[in-house]
Amino acid sequence: MTSKFDRLSVTRRRFLAGSALGGLAVATGGIAAPHIARAADAPAVKVGIIHPVTGGVSYSGTQGRAGAMMAVDDINAAGGIKSLGGAKLDALLADAQSKADVGAAQIEKYNDAGVSAVVGGYASFICLATTQAAAKHGIPYVVDVGTDDRIVKAGLKNTFRFSPGYGVFVETAIRTLNEINTAAGKPAKTAVIVHEGSAFGAGTAALLQKNLGGIGINVLEVMKHPTPNLDFNNIVLRIKAANPDLVIPADYYNEYVLLARTMQQQKVKPKAIFSVLGGAASQYKFVKDFPEAAAYIMDCNHWYNPHKEAAQVLRKKTEAKGLYYTYEVFLNYEAVMLLADAIERAASTDRAKIIDALTNSSWAGHFMPYGPTRFENGQNTGARAVNLQVLDNDIKVILPPEFANAKPVFPRPV
Amino acid sequence: MVEAAIIVPAILNGLTTGAVYALVAVGLTLIYGVLHIINFAHGALLMVALYGVYFLHALGGVDPYLALPIMIPAMFALGYGLQRFVIGRASHGKDENVMLVTLGLAIVIENLALYLWSSDTRTIDTPYGFSTVDFGVALIAVPKLIAFAGALLLTLALWALMRWTDLGKAIRAVAKERRGAALVGIDIEHLYAMSFGIGIACLGAAACLLLPSYYASPHIGSAFVLIAFTIVVLGGMGSFVGALVGGLIIGVTESVGGLFLGDSLGQLGVFLIFIAVLLFRPTGLFGQKA
Amino acid sequence: MKSGAAILIVLAALLPVPWLVHSDFWLNFAVLALYYGFLGQSWNILGGFGGQFSFGHAAFFGTGAYAAAVLQLRFGVNPWLALVLAGVAGAAMGAIVGALSFRYGLRGSYFALVTLAFAEVLRILADSLGFTGAGVGLQIPLHQSAANFQFATKTGFYFTILGLTALGLGVVWAIEHSRFGARLAAVRDSEEAAQALGVDVFRTKLIAITLSAALMALGGTFYLQYFLFIDPDIAFGPQVSIAALLAPIVGGLGTLFGPLLGAVALQLLNEISESAIGSAPGLNLVLYGVILILIIAFLPEGIFGLARLRTRLRGVMRRPA
Repeated sequence: MTSKFDRLSVTRRRFLAGSALGGLAVATGGIAAPHIARAADAPAVKVGIIHPVTGGVSYSGTQGRAGAMMAVDDINAAGGIKSLGGAKLDALLADAQSKADVGAAQIEKYNDAGVSAVVGGYASFICLATTQAAAKHGIPYVVDVGTDDRIVKAGLKNTFRFSPGYGVFVETAIRTLNEINTAAGKPAKTAVIVHEGSAFGAGTAALLQKNLGGIGINVLEVMKHPTPNLDFNNIVLRIKAANPDLVIPADYYNEYVLLARTMQQQKVKPKAIFSVLGGAASQYKFVKDFPEAAAYIMDCNHWYNPHKEAAQVLRKKTEAKGLYYTYEVFLNYEAVMLLADAIERAASTDRAKIIDALTNSSWAGHFMPYGPTRFENGQNTGARAVNLQVLDNDIKVILPPEFANAKPVFPRPV
Repeated sequence: MVEAAIIVPAILNGLTTGAVYALVAVGLTLIYGVLHIINFAHGALLMVALYGVYFLHALGGVDPYLALPIMIPAMFALGYGLQRFVIGRASHGKDENVMLVTLGLAIVIENLALYLWSSDTRTIDTPYGFSTVDFGVALIAVPKLIAFAGALLLTLALWALMRWTDLGKAIRAVAKERRGAALVGIDIEHLYAMSFGIGIACLGAAACLLLPSYYASPHIGSAFVLIAFTIVVLGGMGSFVGALVGGLIIGVTESVGGLFLGDSLGQLGVFLIFIAVLLFRPTGLFGQKA
Repeated sequence: MKSGAAILIVLAALLPVPWLVHSDFWLNFAVLALYYGFLGQSWNILGGFGGQFSFGHAAFFGTGAYAAAVLQLRFGVNPWLALVLAGVAGAAMGAIVGALSFRYGLRGSYFALVTLAFAEVLRILADSLGFTGAGVGLQIPLHQSAANFQFATKTGFYFTILGLTALGLGVVWAIEHSRFGARLAAVRDSEEAAQALGVDVFRTKLIAITLSAALMALGGTFYLQYFLFIDPDIAFGPQVSIAALLAPIVGGLGTLFGPLLGAVALQLLNEISESAIGSAPGLNLVLYGVILILIIAFLPEGIFGLARLRTRLRGVMRRPA
């Protein structure tokens, strides 16, 4: 019942850093080339697209890859990189296998293949390793999700994150929770934090714990659990005993679902479930599968601007593929778009020039609810978190007002 | 802050969880007790069984509990086939090879599942899935109660099988004295395969009882395996009663430990018990002296 | 050929690799192959030569890795010194695990399982305690310099791991040619007989596990410096334990070069299966698993078993009918 078990299955045979091409290349004296190359005419721009498509976080990785590839397809269909004579993006796919060292090894492979840039990683613990590996070779790296703030604090000139880190999420969450709470007459005075134990969950929880007191919410207990975790009975029991006004989870998808279901089962009904980077809270799959458990859950998370046409178009496209429109999809889509814009402006496949273009990026062609794009030490300072709530069996943006399409309902109706 | 009022529910929860662990452990203890192999593929096979139950429900509308008479023979056949034609053949009887072969099998099975069925988690919703029974001190989920009852029944059934049927006697003979059994004309390969098959059939039953409370995904099997090993050792290799009792003990330890120390640290109790048993009483609670 | 000479030849052959191999990818492959070979060699001392199969060797790997990380991050110790100290820490952990396990006479599967349990206990502790970074893990900041055990190119790491490989080979060679080695072999083949012959079984096994653990801890430190990040799963999880035992078993248990050969073979296997199958998640690993089973089925003594097979055949053929 710990993440170790997941590793047991994942890695006991994948311990070897997987990379492409075997001794065949050595025997034939050929040049090591990545095993996935898309057929491309003319001088293509090689871009590495790396995600954990197998292993413990494989669902997210698969979604991320799908989002990235849709962007690549869209760009190529629209004529490729015009400043390079219509050069197409050549996506080289790699599997990080939910392991940091495998991810890093794939970066080495990318370096050999002569990629001009890399996008992806998904999980913080993978991104920490892959960004560093890319930095050694000066490869521009666009982080798709990876919310751990250490990723952009490592002083790596090649690393860029378009979306916010958990620092921003916590700051937004605290501020907006205060707003929502105050607007409702401050019914929430106590909270319990439930979080998963890896970089993302622990980091988020630590920040929350530090800052909630400042808005008049007393943290009664912080409950840590591993990923995966199959049984939330104990946690729910302790929540019941603590009887908080708010339950604040920071989890990956599966655990979040189990927690919500168990709370419902045990008739634990806090005034609100307010999650920060809640793994299932803003997932259509959860809302569809368990509408009762999901109803009224609030989340501070990544989201698209619902008023932007392009976001809705992508949603339809995604759903037409039989996939749920999750944050991994649209964040990866945007990450590739950001990169394409930089390549376009750099008018070059040279890594250093692309890094410069990214550093100076002011890309406005996105559909995210962000301020103007500006990178400071690799972090897009325009990146914003938004507040969402499950209402009417749908996920609505409730804050900030300029992107909202619904009003918050707080506390939960009895 | 832990109040007395939540310790009792924790214990009750621990019992139900423990029964579920026992279900998985029972098959493992049989396999270990008879074939003396550490079946690394046990988790992967549990996962296959879970998917089996899932698809029966999703595609055929079969209720997981009604799937028992389908899953048990199906998993038995799978287990028999694997031991007879893969593990037995590939390992040449050497213990470390068996371990590697089962490891290889686990890799193959898990990744085949990943390829075929993707990494999405599969849950099923049954009408009773969210129901609870009020015991006054605690609300216990209905599927968990059923799992508890199921585990008891299964253990009983297995014990009866081993005790009173010819097959059971033959299996016990082979487990105790392989050469002697062969000399008496018992087909060792067949019996090994039967034992393995029965052990895996248990996973079929476990999956039927488990899925309503959990979910299927390619990686879920491994979450149970180490706990299952702990239980097998604690209860005594080859003892079903031991697996059941061990499962309950481990379930309660984990639950209560989790209450006091948090879910992560709470698991420490389980492994410390494991180590203590191995050091001071390796035959476990009910096992035979080697 | 004498094994001492063989070692020197192999090392000499491996020495010029960075200049012969022009791609970073293949250099990385070489580093990882040697690294897994080294882990395998550590395990081999206890498992192959000592006959005690540990499933939880990650306990020692992680001890080394965390020791080195904490020493660097919290005490500012130079990473090379931390490497040495990590080895000491690993040895200590090995001694503890060994003392407990062997004192109570654990053997075979029981021993395997207890090592698994120790690794898991350490994993849980590392996951829960603040000074190991809890679940978040520890990251070494990027400050590349040779003195800081962070090389700007793979070449530096290659030579480091080559040095460790030499150390591993040297230790094994010394064991093979010492009385301790003879005692260890006796214990492996039959503890009762060894005991009857007057061998201090407990002490012999304890020394073996301590040596094995020390080397494993060095491997853990190397990992830390190469990837600059560890967490409880990486450090104490089953993937390292499995990695350590797979290479010697595939290459040949209780042989000098088995672990190295096994590691190279397994790594190549992984690469080939990935290149043959492509990017569909899971399929390449299915092939890897199948090939693994086939290797076990047809080469049960590992790759070195092939060599022994030939020798045996030659011997058979020379004998008069």
